Amino acid sequence: MWFYEKKLQYPANVRGCDLGMAKYLFAQYGGPDSELSAAVRYLTQRYTMPIPQAKALLTDIGTEEMAHWEIIGTLIYKLTDGATPEQMRQAGLGDHFAQHDNALYPHDAAGVPWTAAYIQATGDPITDLHENMAAEQKARTTYEHLISLTDDDGVIATLSFLREREVVHFQRFGEALMLVREHYQHKHIFY
Amino acid sequence: MHDYASMVEMLREIQALEFAVYDLALFLDTHPCDKRALEDHTKLVHRLNQLRKVFEDRYGPLRLDSQSPYPYRYINDPWPWEIHY
Repeated sequence: MWFYEKKLQYPANVRGCDLGMAKYLFAQYGGPDSELSAAVRYLTQRYTMPIPQAKALLTDIGTEEMAHWEIIGTLIYKLTDGATPEQMRQAGLGDHFAQHDNALYPHDAAGVPWTAAYIQATGDPITDLHENMAAEQKARTTYEHLISLTDDDGVIATLSFLREREVVHFQRFGEALMLVREHYQHKHIFY
Repeated sequence: MHDYASMVEMLREIQALEFAVYDLALFLDTHPCDKRALEDHTKLVHRLNQLRKVFEDRYGPLRLDSQSPYPYRYINDPWPWEIHY
């Protein structure tokens, strides 16, 4: 089970309304390599992990991804706060406004809704951990693209934190992969 | 009523401490026999619990299983996405 903690993992400040940047940030709210995909991917795969280290790691990284999803949501909420329908339209968010007003919705930067087809759980821990390492790299690259699309210092600080977490998660998944390999290489014969 | 700036300052301290705990916890998931990391984790958890208690007594519950005075204070604004850090 989970308990909500009424705080963000990392501060999320914005200079002011920036609808263009809000639109781009939807990539990480409901895109293929979004924080939502990451959370659902790891929290789904964990059931079929063969060793305690990997069960724990997927649970804990999956949980951290939910906190990151909240941070991205906060950035979008703040960047769109007070925007008029006309401003949304001019920023390319007219389609979003028609269906969602100023509410958040899990779609990508182009408005494509989130789908479970973005993630995989194969039941093969080696395969799943490789997928996760690739996912962390794709998210890191996406953060680098997003950072290059803004000059808002607050947004850059928050995105830089999230980018760094992708690097750490990649490292931890790599360690889990090594441990799972060792687990399978060990002969399970009892005399 | 305590001022907003002090609340945010203490919240940021909690964020920093909790981040250190979380990052160490991920490390310990794959290195459960690293004694030094576990000692650091233990120390930081202790400091975090102390600070969280001070914060909650002053500014209200962070979790639904934190004790609240009457009327129930957990619901009070600002929620995390409304805070200017």
